[in-house]
Amino acid sequence: MAMTSEMTGDRFRLSMLIYDTRYRSQTIQVVAMIGFMLLAAWLITNTVQNLSALGKPIDFSFLGEPASYDINQRLLEYTSRDTHLRASVLGLINTLLVAAMGCVTATIVGGMVGILRLSRNWLISRLMAIYVEGFRNVPVLLWIILVMALMIESLPAPRAFRGENATASLQVFDSVAITNRGVYIPEPLFSRGLGDVSVFGAFSISLDLIVFLAVLGAGIWAAAWVRKRADRIQDSTGVRPVTWWQRIGLIVIPPVIVLTALGFQLGLPALKGFNFAGGIYMRNSLIALWLALSLYTAAFIAETVRGGILAISKGQTEAAAALGLRPRRIMGLVILPQALRVIIPPLISQYLNLTKNSSLAIAVGYMDITGTLGGITMNQTGRELECILLLMLCYLALSLGISAVLNWYNERVKLKER
Amino acid sequence: MKRTLYIGAVAAGMMTAGVAVAGTLEDVQAKGHVQCGVSTGLVGFAAADADGNWHGFDVAVCRAVAAAVIGDSQAVKFTPTTGKTRFTALSSGEIDMLARNTTWTYSRDVDLKLTFVGINYYDGQGFMVPAGLGVGSATDLDGATVCIQTGTTTELNLADFFRSNNISYEPVPIETNAEAQQQYLAGACDVYTTDRSGLAATRASFENPADHVILPEIISKEPLGPLVRHGDDHWADAVRWVLNALISAEELGITSGNLAEMAAGTNNPEINRLMGTEGDLGGMLGLDKEWAQRAIAAGGNYGEIFEAHIGESTAIGLARGLNAQWSDGGLIYSPPFR
Ligand SMILES: N[C@@H](CCC(=O)N[C@@H](CS)C(=O)NCC(=O)O)C(=O)O
Repeated sequence: MAMTSEMTGDRFRLSMLIYDTRYRSQTIQVVAMIGFMLLAAWLITNTVQNLSALGKPIDFSFLGEPASYDINQRLLEYTSRDTHLRASVLGLINTLLVAAMGCVTATIVGGMVGILRLSRNWLISRLMAIYVEGFRNVPVLLWIILVMALMIESLPAPRAFRGENATASLQVFDSVAITNRGVYIPEPLFSRGLGDVSVFGAFSISLDLIVFLAVLGAGIWAAAWVRKRADRIQDSTGVRPVTWWQRIGLIVIPPVIVLTALGFQLGLPALKGFNFAGGIYMRNSLIALWLALSLYTAAFIAETVRGGILAISKGQTEAAAALGLRPRRIMGLVILPQALRVIIPPLISQYLNLTKNSSLAIAVGYMDITGTLGGITMNQTGRELECILLLMLCYLALSLGISAVLNWYNERVKLKER
Repeated sequence: MKRTLYIGAVAAGMMTAGVAVAGTLEDVQAKGHVQCGVSTGLVGFAAADADGNWHGFDVAVCRAVAAAVIGDSQAVKFTPTTGKTRFTALSSGEIDMLARNTTWTYSRDVDLKLTFVGINYYDGQGFMVPAGLGVGSATDLDGATVCIQTGTTTELNLADFFRSNNISYEPVPIETNAEAQQQYLAGACDVYTTDRSGLAATRASFENPADHVILPEIISKEPLGPLVRHGDDHWADAVRWVLNALISAEELGITSGNLAEMAAGTNNPEINRLMGTEGDLGGMLGLDKEWAQRAIAAGGNYGEIFEAHIGESTAIGLARGLNAQWSDGGLIYSPPFR
């Protein structure tokens, strides 16, 4: 008792900040923090002052000026008279497109390769090992350039499709044109289409697409409901009603009705002038970037998947086998759901890597945000610092967004200890 | 106390930055070489041979500068730059001067803070297509896929040209001339567009140059010339007057062949001033009297450089045209040495 009262009675002296272990660590942190902030402040002021001394004060007004350059892959309307800001947004959308396509493909390929690498079939597991090591150990830039070079050099130019003695022809019932400038696939056209709606006057979305997606979504939701009901009936009566035809019907029939009502037809690519016209044009740059990024990242994902599976103890497999489950079901029902918990956190960083690696796009002339804002805009306006800052902000926001979504998913599948 | 320290540090930082910018000429002489930004490889203008030695019309300007300010035309280190990286390389001080088919424009001069010291080639943007396409004019190019070097003026001219003619095109942005050439030859683009001199140089390196035609349209003015950063007029003067010396030498009939004879003294005062036998023009630049002699000895006068690298006797085969001396009806014109 006496001791404690003596301690609290001890008056606070300045030297205690250093000599008293109760305060010392805080003192160090505060000093380090102040030092760090001073350094940052000095760097920033120094940059700003040097830039204004050079006659280039930080200024973002260039974003409102006409961009004056064209962008080939436009998912929104854009002309060279639009602003640098809009050009940047188009670039951002192109980044998102290739990142999304890449993540999906990488996950599918990576998951399959990861599982197959554990196959007991010697040839298959060796082949998968070769794939993984081959892609993982060569810089992704080289893969991107290689895929592009292969497409450009080995596929026929649109000219080869022309004339009496054409050396190339369309594929898949004359509906797909594979050229060295990219692949043209059929596009959906609506003879009784609903037109577009304009969103805030900034861009427009096809109403046909919205209606189609809404109906499809509603069908999927209804089918899920039917399945849940079947589960309930099975739980209470032990007999599962046959519902597969209901579910397929719910998903397929409403969209088909909508499509016929809108006068759906396929627009096929046809040679017109120098290029094919009609159809959806997937540029060689998009394909090269997409393939290279997905195959490269898939190699890493495969290893993550393999690690996740190996992390599940062998006893689980044996127990499941003892219950009479077939290998495929063991994988699907016992191993993968548990492995997923190990796989998802590193998967997030693979998705982030893929997104950031997509900034190599300009190597094949794909106009992503690094190509527009960080490329032509920066080059033509000379606003290096501003562009790089904005670019960093974009990638930061993108990465944080991806992490947020996947962390949320991770929370859901995580082992819940009760 | 913190604040004064901090302000002092900022001031010191700025002063060192200021000092570093102030004396490029002294810097260059102290380090013993000129760091010259050139293209990544455009035969005739700037290309490295198998031994790594650079040759070309733009390279010759760098060599003349090195000869004048250092005394050795080989005292040049080359930094290959792309259309995109060239200005950053110059502004950041990585290179001392840039000689890379670069167009003098208002915004590059005023906004990017670059000083163009002169024009060594009057050019314009053109289009090259395979002869087999049967295209006779650029206005027939509706819907064509066009290869274009990104970070260039040509990218902007292209957008303007197609827009004002109300025709569409598909741009394929490319970083270097070599990649553009590969895509063009493989038929991944129908057209390659850039400066006409660049087209001629690119075509000359093809296996069958005759299979490709350069369309008659010239869609822009592209005055090309060497440049330095803003803020060091002394260095800008040195580079500018080396270029002018090469041009004046041709006008005055000084060649690499008769240089020794001219340097011995003539009865033309302007030649004497240029050769340093009369007056002290070199001293005004902070150089010795023979600076211009060495610049001319490096690769000959402007006309000799032109003929050796891109002229009609070479594979590139460019006629002098606009780039003849003013006295021959061209635009090449040096202010007087006086
Ligand atoms: N004059 C234009 C274009 C310059 C340009 O990029 N020219 C090309 C072809 S003439 C070139 O030098 N390419 C060489 C390389 O890729 O390094 C400009 O200054 O923006």
